[in-house]
Amino acid sequence: MVEFKNITKIYDGPEGKVTALDKVSLSVQPGEFLAVCGPSGCGKTTLLLTAGGLLRPSKGQLNLDGSDPYGVSPEMRSKIRARMIGFVFQQFHLIPYLTVRQNILAPSLALPTKKAGQRAQELISSFGLDDRAGHVPAQISTGQKQRTALARALLNKPKIILADEPTGNLDEGNANTVLSYLSQYVAEGGCVLLVTHDVRTAAHATRTLEMSRGQLVE
Amino acid sequence: MLHRWRGFALGIFAVIIAVGSLTGAMTLLKLHDLQTQKILNEKEEETEKKMAVLKDEMRKATLKLKFNLLILPKQQNIRDLHMKGYPSEYMPEEYVTRLANSGIIVVRHFLPSLQQRIKWPEKNRTITLIGTRGEVPNLHKDPRRPLVQPVPPGTIVLGYGLHHSLGLHNGDKVKLLGREFTVHKCHEERGSKDDYTAWIHLSQAQELLDKEGHINAILALECICQGVEGLLMKVREEIKQILPGTQVIEMGTKAIARAEARAKVGQEAKSAVERERRHRTKMRSEREFFAAVLVPLVMVACAVWIGLLAFNNVRDRKVEIGIQRAIGFRAGQIMFLFLSKFLIMGLLGGLLGIFTGLGLGRWLALVLEDDMEGIATAGELFNPGLLLLCLITAPMLAVISGWLPTMFAIRQDPADVLREV
Ligand SMILES: Nc1ncnc2c1ncn2[C@@H]1O[C@H](COP(=O)(O)OP(=O)(O)OP(=O)(O)O)[C@@H](O)[C@H]1O
Ligand SMILES: [Mg+2]
Repeated sequence: MVEFKNITKIYDGPEGKVTALDKVSLSVQPGEFLAVCGPSGCGKTTLLLTAGGLLRPSKGQLNLDGSDPYGVSPEMRSKIRARMIGFVFQQFHLIPYLTVRQNILAPSLALPTKKAGQRAQELISSFGLDDRAGHVPAQISTGQKQRTALARALLNKPKIILADEPTGNLDEGNANTVLSYLSQYVAEGGCVLLVTHDVRTAAHATRTLEMSRGQLVE
Repeated sequence: MLHRWRGFALGIFAVIIAVGSLTGAMTLLKLHDLQTQKILNEKEEETEKKMAVLKDEMRKATLKLKFNLLILPKQQNIRDLHMKGYPSEYMPEEYVTRLANSGIIVVRHFLPSLQQRIKWPEKNRTITLIGTRGEVPNLHKDPRRPLVQPVPPGTIVLGYGLHHSLGLHNGDKVKLLGREFTVHKCHEERGSKDDYTAWIHLSQAQELLDKEGHINAILALECICQGVEGLLMKVREEIKQILPGTQVIEMGTKAIARAEARAKVGQEAKSAVERERRHRTKMRSEREFFAAVLVPLVMVACAVWIGLLAFNNVRDRKVEIGIQRAIGFRAGQIMFLFLSKFLIMGLLGGLLGIFTGLGLGRWLALVLEDDMEGIATAGELFNPGLLLLCLITAPMLAVISGWLPTMFAIRQDPADVLREV
């Protein structure tokens, strides 16, 4: 589904060049829940943004469902993201003035889909957000926020979920809930690429890779 | 939330100011034009009334206006006449009869005369001798009381300077060019050449001066003008046609002067209106200039203001834009989302701005103009063209102002935003 072929990402920082990814090669297949573990600053977020078509690699090639997203126009790249990828962030990144339901429905504005409302309602119900659907993010708990973010990522039935430290701000109970939803999505044929510094989170994955200084270590 | 709304409200406010100043200036100019129209109409009406009164007075006056014409031989030099005080050319006496019988209706009396400056040998004096036979009534007019007392043959009428210095009185006998005359009348002092003039019967004058059958002037007295100025000219033409060998001049009447005075008053009234019009035009161009400078300035200031608000707004929503990119929004879609907000801002501000402008322009007109009684209401000043203008200008202003900052924010790398925090 996602395949990194010798991808290197070098940032041009104010204090010289920083190699955030160093010849990374990996692949994630449908039905697979891959966790990449590593300390802070090792390049996890860089890996994820590169996989999501938001950060062009300096070298190497990305293969996303058979094509290279960096080889097409920015518009096409946006479309690929809308159709195939769901992002989940540590900071939830919900849109503050939209309600839970509107946040979940946001991807349907980028890519109009049939029965988006019905799909949103299913997600709201299965994530236990029924009585919070009309609230704005400031009015709900962190666990509910992340469940909303996950529901948003799932709205367009993406082929892959890219999760950056999704449980970083959650207590253990909420973290487990979110991770079990991800496992469920994988069980239904989805695929997850999760990056974290927390080994306990990695325990839910079907496969785990270690990362250090931009390099993968088995 | 509150912050977002405050920005939006401030944006609308900026648009209101921009559109308000535009429509305000337009309304002011419109009101200026209306007021100008009103003032000029009033002035014109006033002038017309004045002219009507004048015309009426003129008509009444000229209804009874009599004027005198002097008919002279064509070859008579008018300058000579004035220099010498008497005509020196001659025409047949028969002209008088021809004129009297011509049916020229407006002239009541014709007075033929033969005059010459002569030496009065018996008294050793230079005098003007006038031979007259009294007036010849126009046959087509009712005979009236004679205007000038005729001088009976064998008598003489003397001017003051003559009878006074010679000690002559009515009934005295006096010799002139060897012929004896009885003094018929002694005139009072007139202070003119009449004082040194002697009048005798025309036929005797012709005989004495050796000018039988000749005269050198016909005085047409009491030509009655029917109230049309042009008639005076017409009469002159008419006489010239009947007697081609003559010329006609006006004598000591005020018909022409009056007509001229009237024309002058009319001219003055017209130029007063013209002056007012020029004054108003100048005022308008001053205001136009003011508006042409101030309005764009305000518009630019508002555009910058909206731009700054937009810049603030997109900066605050940098993360949101990043998320939207991650979700799969295309740059154009995000642009549209943002700009549609500016569009709504422009439309709302434009709508509110129209009424602000109408009120503002009206208020300014009230302050700047005097006598704004019956000023048009805001409702009357409103027109669809104005609405259209505002509904086009305002959203354009808002969208263009918001464009650059939005563009700038969207072109930023979403990865930078998403990696942060
Ligand atoms: N724009 C940039 N310019 C220069 N250096 C950068 C830039 N972005 C990231 N880096 C560097 O690249 C390396 C990898 O960054 P990255 O954000 O991927 O780390 P991370 O593993 O996600 O860390 P964390 O666990 O703290 O989120 C870091 O050393 C970081 O300082
Ligand atoms: Mg990170």
